[in-house]
Amino acid sequence: MQATTSTHTEAAHSHEHHHDPGFLRSYVFSTDHKVIGIQYGFTALAFLFFGFLLMMCMRWQIAKPGVPIPIVGGMLEAMLGDVAKGGVMSPDLYNAFGAMHGTIMVFLAVVPLAFAAFGNYVVPLQIGAVDMAFPRVNMASYQCFAAGGVVMFVSFFIPGGAAQGGWTSYSPLASVIPTNGQTFWLIGMVLLITSSLLGAVNFIATVIQLRAPGLTWMRMPFFTWAQFVTAFILLLAFPPLEAAGILQLVDKVFGSSFFLPTGLVVSGKPYDVSGGGSPLLWQHLFWFLGHPEVYVLILPAMGVISEIIACNTRKPLWGYKSLVYSVLAVGFISFIVWAHHMYLTGMGTKISTFFQTTTMIISIPSVIILTCLFMSLWGGSIRFNTPMLFSLAFLPMFGIGGLTGLPLGFNFSDLHLHDSYYVIAHFHYVVAPGTIFALFAGIYFWYPKMTGRYMDETLGKIHFWLSLVGMNLVFMPMFFQGLYGMSRRMSDGGATYALTNPANEGVVTALTTTVMKLNVFVTHAAVLLLIAQVPFIINVFMSMFNGKKVESDNPWQATTLDWQTPTPPPHGNFTKEIVVYRGPYEYSVPGHPTDFTPQNAPEPKLAK
Amino acid sequence: MEIPYTVKPRPDTGLYNAKLGIWLFLASEVMLFGGLFSSYILLRVGADLWPHGMLSIPIGTFNTFVLIASSVTVVMSWASLKLGKLASFKLYMALTIACAFGFLGVKSYEYYVKFTHYDVWFKDDATAQKYFIAAYGEKGEADVRKQFVERFHLHNTKATYDPHEIQMAGHLQGNPLFASHKTLAKAKTEKIMFDPDPKFGSHDHPKAIEVLVSDVKRMSAYVPAHSTYFAIYFTITALHGLHVLGGALVLGYFLLTADKWWKKAPEQFANRIEVGGLFWHFVDLVWIFLFPIIYLL
Amino acid sequence: MSHDHSHSHGPGEACDHGHAHDDHNSPEYIQKTIKKYMMVGGILFAGTVLTVAMYFVHIPSVPITIAVALLIASVKAAFVAGVFMHLSDERKMIYGILLCTVFFLIGLMGLTIWAMHDPPMQTLIDGKPA
Repeated sequence: MQATTSTHTEAAHSHEHHHDPGFLRSYVFSTDHKVIGIQYGFTALAFLFFGFLLMMCMRWQIAKPGVPIPIVGGMLEAMLGDVAKGGVMSPDLYNAFGAMHGTIMVFLAVVPLAFAAFGNYVVPLQIGAVDMAFPRVNMASYQCFAAGGVVMFVSFFIPGGAAQGGWTSYSPLASVIPTNGQTFWLIGMVLLITSSLLGAVNFIATVIQLRAPGLTWMRMPFFTWAQFVTAFILLLAFPPLEAAGILQLVDKVFGSSFFLPTGLVVSGKPYDVSGGGSPLLWQHLFWFLGHPEVYVLILPAMGVISEIIACNTRKPLWGYKSLVYSVLAVGFISFIVWAHHMYLTGMGTKISTFFQTTTMIISIPSVIILTCLFMSLWGGSIRFNTPMLFSLAFLPMFGIGGLTGLPLGFNFSDLHLHDSYYVIAHFHYVVAPGTIFALFAGIYFWYPKMTGRYMDETLGKIHFWLSLVGMNLVFMPMFFQGLYGMSRRMSDGGATYALTNPANEGVVTALTTTVMKLNVFVTHAAVLLLIAQVPFIINVFMSMFNGKKVESDNPWQATTLDWQTPTPPPHGNFTKEIVVYRGPYEYSVPGHPTDFTPQNAPEPKLAK
Repeated sequence: MEIPYTVKPRPDTGLYNAKLGIWLFLASEVMLFGGLFSSYILLRVGADLWPHGMLSIPIGTFNTFVLIASSVTVVMSWASLKLGKLASFKLYMALTIACAFGFLGVKSYEYYVKFTHYDVWFKDDATAQKYFIAAYGEKGEADVRKQFVERFHLHNTKATYDPHEIQMAGHLQGNPLFASHKTLAKAKTEKIMFDPDPKFGSHDHPKAIEVLVSDVKRMSAYVPAHSTYFAIYFTITALHGLHVLGGALVLGYFLLTADKWWKKAPEQFANRIEVGGLFWHFVDLVWIFLFPIIYLL
Repeated sequence: MSHDHSHSHGPGEACDHGHAHDDHNSPEYIQKTIKKYMMVGGILFAGTVLTVAMYFVHIPSVPITIAVALLIASVKAAFVAGVFMHLSDERKMIYGILLCTVFFLIGLMGLTIWAMHDPPMQTLIDGKPA
């Protein structure tokens, strides 16, 4: 049985001949949302690992500036030449790794994994649909993403190397660096943005149009709600960045001055361009996307966690309506808070206050969501399997990340904390032990549906505990380093500004030896974090062949429609017409024979 | 099992999938062009000097008529389909595509005219004075300076631009594309023959003058690198032009495959034309704002 | 060659509702609509002529000039959107999406312009500039 639109001539053929589409059509050029989801998943995980490795090189440099990186240093020199002479990262290379670590993690790893991979695989299943609304657009979206990834990856190897101006690519620096890494970055971004836009259109149309009969809006699983809002954010927030990217590309390639001010002096010489542009314009356009982007990073994660918590506490989510209204509010308000990333650009008090106010307001629905998730644990019959462990850890980790954002949201405290390691700690807490833990949880949770086998629980628990400890050891010290005044993006880890530097004798604000020692501590913790991922990587591949087979199509005994399919779901997903009779979290309903009642199951006979 | 609502609309939304999809896409396009328009506003409000009257209004108006006509013909082609008239559909669709390429042709001409038009800034006021007098005569020189101040300060009362730092507009002999003071330096040229423009509003062509490259501080064609005025003009119109081209190609594909589709799935075909038409109307909509903002204001 | 008469014109049609609308696919309705399209085309042409004519009328106030230009453009745009794009026939879903878009666009434009024109206060010591 093939799921295709009525226009596909192949549908007519396959009904008659059931011909095998072949390897390429089934696995490379597939329009099936599950295959595309897995393609996104593997590509994103590969980039996640690559971004991690970039960071490991940077951490070495921070802890031991000027010392050749063991093992890897030689490889870097062989591949990249002079920028890694002697196996030591030059400051330029450090900047390139820094910019690309951010870009890759945000745009090539976390968003594709959280939104495109999980969303593509699970959302059509959860709404009882046969596929996404536009399967070929879906395939195009993956191909655009892959192309963007190739461009970004290749940029490391061109003369001059990859982009060096930070993932935020501020002009004038980004425009005046004479090499082509920035141009590659911009082209890569245009491809990635196009991919996201195509995906967003698909998700929204699918959720609006293809819900099964009986699946009203308020019966939708929270995961789908979260993905729906995320899609809207991507749809409307990305285009201004695409506009800005085009403008910066014209600046680089055609020598215009959109973001270059009059009178710019570069390396002591007046820069020969027309001038008249505004660097602030780039910042506004960038952060107009940049802020909603962080909600794109967190909302799917909250969705994943919600499904896992409901299932593993055997009770409904607490405050479903509050969750839904809060996620809608977060999505909406996220568009008008962006300039809290720009408090130090010389904005006046009125506009500053406006953005502070909206920033404080948006924390309310975020806290409501977290509270509902915490409350959902109360009175639950908790099953401490690996996905649940990651989900439970998400809650306090996201709590720390969110709360530490408050001083950054107020401009008076942000004056001190802006561009310091405090900021790095804050956002990594939200994304790393926050979102990434949620994504790990999702992988462990949906793996049995995709493969028919469980992932190994022992390896999973090792992965969990080591990662939890590692994450905290890496990022908690950074709060203190930042509060102390240590700036971001210093290729020598701050050695120039440290007390250990004789030039800084008697300077009150020089970085203390404690701060510098923490650099080394954090690097060791990062190594622990790297090692912690090994059981996970082994588990993902090994369990495909050796994992314990599932006992049924619904091994976690969940209520949502994604668990009411064969394992793995075939083309067309469902073997019978789906009609939904109840809400998504009918767990432990009094009188029902089992402690869960699937959404599409007929009305059960109540116990006497 | 097939994906529902690809042809028939879903009752509660009243939409078939592709129509919802295209409106969502258009919403994102509104944000894209909106971002560019915001940039235009910011650059213009913050500029010392913003030129006026540099774009040909007759040509722009003609292009506006062409696009409006194409909007009418594309909706007529859809209406023809709904009435079952395939031949009529094909005629109107062909007209639409012809209008599209007409628009692009005119635009290319406009671009070419700009790329061969030059501004020269001289290294100091005295040198500039010398060349202006050589081109326009003593009285002419004062006129030209006055005109420049009036034209370019027309909508910007806070200008701090020194009216003595004006540039001379004109053409280079041989009409090269994209020459600049940098290319002149590279080629080690010592002098160029420069054809100054007539005074604004007149048709008296001054004689060509010889200009020493060493007297030139900067020379630029009317290209993105010239000023933020041209940078935003080219970027916005080029992006719009790409949308015109893309739309024309898609509509062309529909036209070429019309017979096959009409026989196989006429209702779905009509929907596709409607969706394509919606995109086309959006392209027209952008131009409806673009034309007055960029050309007239 | 036939086409299904019941629902091919997307907006607002569902035969199980008692709709007061005419059948959007009857030849008479389409004929009337064609006349409407032609009329709107004419209005758009006229609007363009008006826009260009306004260029030659010199209004002393800059904000009014901009407002007039944008007003004429908006009226033309409303006709294209409402009639050619059938927006006046569509239901809440599309309106909702477009409303959100316009709100965010105004936010982008307005807040960015405000941010770049609200300068910081001077530092004051004892009420006098530092």
